Amino acid sequence: MTAVVGRAVVGTPTSRLDGREKVSGEARYAADWPFENPLYGVLVQSSIPSGRIDSFDLAAAESAPGVARIFTHLNAPRLVPMDSPPLGQTFLPLQSDRIDYEGQHVALVIAETLEQAQHAARLVRVVYERGPARIDFRAHLTDEIEVQGFFPADTSTGDVSAGLGGADVKIDVTYRTADRHHVPIEPSATLADWRDGKLTLYDAAQWVHGVRIAVAHVLGIPLDDVRVISKFVGGGFGCKGFVWPHQILAAMASRELGRPVKLVLSRAHTFTAHGYQTASEQRVVLGATRDGRFVAIRHHSWTPTAISDDYLETCATPARASYASGAIETRNRAVRVNRGVPTPMRAPHEGVGAVAFECALDELAYALGVDPLEMRLRNYAERDPTTGTPFSQKNLRECYRIGAERFGWARRSPVPGTMRDGDTLIGYGMAGAVMFTVRMPSTARITLHPGGDVVIETATQDIGGGQYTILPMIAADALGVPVERVRIVLGDTALPDAGGTFGSSSTMSAGSAVFTAAQELKRLLGGRRSVSQPLTAEGKFQPEHSDALSMFTFGAVFAEVHVDRDLPTPRVARITGVYSAGRIINPKTARSQIIGGMTWGIGQALLEASELDLGLGRYLSKNLAGYVVPACADVRELDVTFIEEVDEHASLLGAKGIGELGAVGVAAAIGNAIYHATGTRVRDFPIRPERLL
Amino acid sequence: MQTKHVRQIQIDVNGEPRSLSVEPRLLLVHLLRDQLGLTGTHVGCDTSSCGACTVLLDGRSVKSCTMLAVQADGRAVTTIEGIGNSKSLHPMQEAFWAEHGLQCGYCTTGMIVSAVDIIQRNPDPTDEQIREGLGGNVCRCTGYHNIVRAVKAAARAVRSGARRKSVAEVEPLTPPLEAPPVTGEGIIPHREPVGAGGE
Repeated sequence: MTAVVGRAVVGTPTSRLDGREKVSGEARYAADWPFENPLYGVLVQSSIPSGRIDSFDLAAAESAPGVARIFTHLNAPRLVPMDSPPLGQTFLPLQSDRIDYEGQHVALVIAETLEQAQHAARLVRVVYERGPARIDFRAHLTDEIEVQGFFPADTSTGDVSAGLGGADVKIDVTYRTADRHHVPIEPSATLADWRDGKLTLYDAAQWVHGVRIAVAHVLGIPLDDVRVISKFVGGGFGCKGFVWPHQILAAMASRELGRPVKLVLSRAHTFTAHGYQTASEQRVVLGATRDGRFVAIRHHSWTPTAISDDYLETCATPARASYASGAIETRNRAVRVNRGVPTPMRAPHEGVGAVAFECALDELAYALGVDPLEMRLRNYAERDPTTGTPFSQKNLRECYRIGAERFGWARRSPVPGTMRDGDTLIGYGMAGAVMFTVRMPSTARITLHPGGDVVIETATQDIGGGQYTILPMIAADALGVPVERVRIVLGDTALPDAGGTFGSSSTMSAGSAVFTAAQELKRLLGGRRSVSQPLTAEGKFQPEHSDALSMFTFGAVFAEVHVDRDLPTPRVARITGVYSAGRIINPKTARSQIIGGMTWGIGQALLEASELDLGLGRYLSKNLAGYVVPACADVRELDVTFIEEVDEHASLLGAKGIGELGAVGVAAAIGNAIYHATGTRVRDFPIRPERLL
Repeated sequence: MQTKHVRQIQIDVNGEPRSLSVEPRLLLVHLLRDQLGLTGTHVGCDTSSCGACTVLLDGRSVKSCTMLAVQADGRAVTTIEGIGNSKSLHPMQEAFWAEHGLQCGYCTTGMIVSAVDIIQRNPDPTDEQIREGLGGNVCRCTGYHNIVRAVKAAARAVRSGARRKSVAEVEPLTPPLEAPPVTGEGIIPHREPVGAGGE
């Protein structure tokens, strides 16, 4: 059942339906909800990475003006253990004296004003007993462990050792990526209102139903007594996807004190209040024939995880689906360290893995003297090389062709360091992009009102991706009404569940549920065009997993980099990306998603690193001055093209997910362009100027 | 709350003179958000790196997260609510909407305030001047492209005489629903922004 044809608002660039609220400042983010007589919370975080709390001296803090309560493990209620997900971290807050990481919450100060809570938090004295700490995962790769991730840790097809043995050309390289943080501009915030035995959370959440399930469970209260509202979210990129200790603590404090509690995290506290994207150590071994055909691919990855929580960043994944090879082996391991638990961040897994894998492929192309684009074409995978199954859809060949043409790849001189403009070295680089497809069971409700207005209700979230706009577009086309008559209510657990807004899944999942509800409404209407009483229909999307098809999105990314010969600060002059990603519902929001993703790639390639003190286990700069993300002047020409396609297998709309895809392959293309400009191969990302000196 | 340390300050907020009691340690952004309910000014970083909290102080952009409320005593503060509101948008707000200079919207209000300052000082900025001028405002979603386009479009509109309409001049928003749903919060009325076209 494929749909959305006809009036075609879908496919037409459409301005954000929530634009007016956002440009006027009237959009209400979690911290903006007005409360009568609220209390304010400020966290106190551990200054040591490992050990235990010996004692607190709270005398000064507790007698500071305005303090209502200071929660520590000594007086906080016991919480009910739970799995991850929905929890981001199963190590629950304020339950024991144990310290597993620097920045772990050890106290929550609640006071009448924010300033009073901040002041009292500074007066909290903690006496620690330090334990042995392991911070640097790279120093402990031999202590690797196998942990359960979202994707299999290992895959193996064919005989890689034999393949490598018989290869004409072989490369064996190790790449490193850095710890990174999501840093959405809105820090996480939870406003908890416990009233008459019921709890309402106004939260910055990518998954309101997940927050509800987790908070109800750990606090031991009925699910029906918890409501989570998240109308506008100031970006998330993964850090608001699962449920973190501060959300639980805000709810707990409100229940204990019987008053609303506002817990708005400081930027500094966000660095350990939720997960981060792990640094990685990735070894890529490639073997090929002299004419540039793969005979073996091996990709191994190591990343850190926490002491008491499991998370696996499966970096060694792009090889599974990218290129044809008779032998492919991928392996992902973790190393426990005294740090918080990592979490998915745009773009996880393939996004981190592509840095190593697509750069290693570039190295092989140079070693063979084959054009990097030609190398990819010679190894084009017509079927999933790991499973042997066909792809639900893949037009990557077209992406390569169009991308090369738009970018002017043919102008590239094959020899590194030979393209110049005065003192500026010019480099062209490219990379492939592949990203998993995840879909969530979703439900939605649509009501036609007597005046002709249509209202969609679904508990998806709009964290900036554009659900406020594209879901009404989908309903408008399905019902044959102008989009101006369609409104949407979302971000509220009182509405039908539509899963989390992560994993590039919302358009396919919530979108298909909305489409189904619209179809049902149309059926109920039976040809009528109006109603005298509101008429409601419900829709459901249950993704069917099939082993018969392999489902990914694809792209080809080309980058031009300029590097001054004397002061080697790489600048990205332009990026061209062409994508095979299903039907594009709204070209206006979709293009923005992709160029935003490309900008993440610029950050990954050149800027972003959460520098860690390897003795103290502490991030050196828990702020946006030290954690540098691309600013306006870092971003130049960005060129985006979508292949026109419809993937009927991915969703009822023919659409796929694009939230992560734009951030994949960009850093590799930039790294490859830097090599082409300078002749220096940097295998340690981000590529800061000092690496080129 | 203790009253011992409270100061009395006079601030013009969005054209309205206000006499306010504040603690000396109170940041301007918290005065605006918590005491005056002007929550369109957001806090992003606490360290004046991101610009989400940008407001105009006597017409020039400042970061209200690293300024004390008492420092604004005797001065005029303009927040996003004073630039325009949903019923009557400033041309810069229209342009950010029409050119899609926003995604999640969180940095947007500070970005708009900074951009208003830029075109007040330079009515016809180049792309380069806009990119440098917005160096203190971080957006994590959009990749900035459409933001630059929005500022250019707004500058063009203002040069050709566009201004913020008074509330009396604008037609009402989409009429209210005859039967609002139970969960009525967050309903988004829609009207295409002025100048909205293709991408």
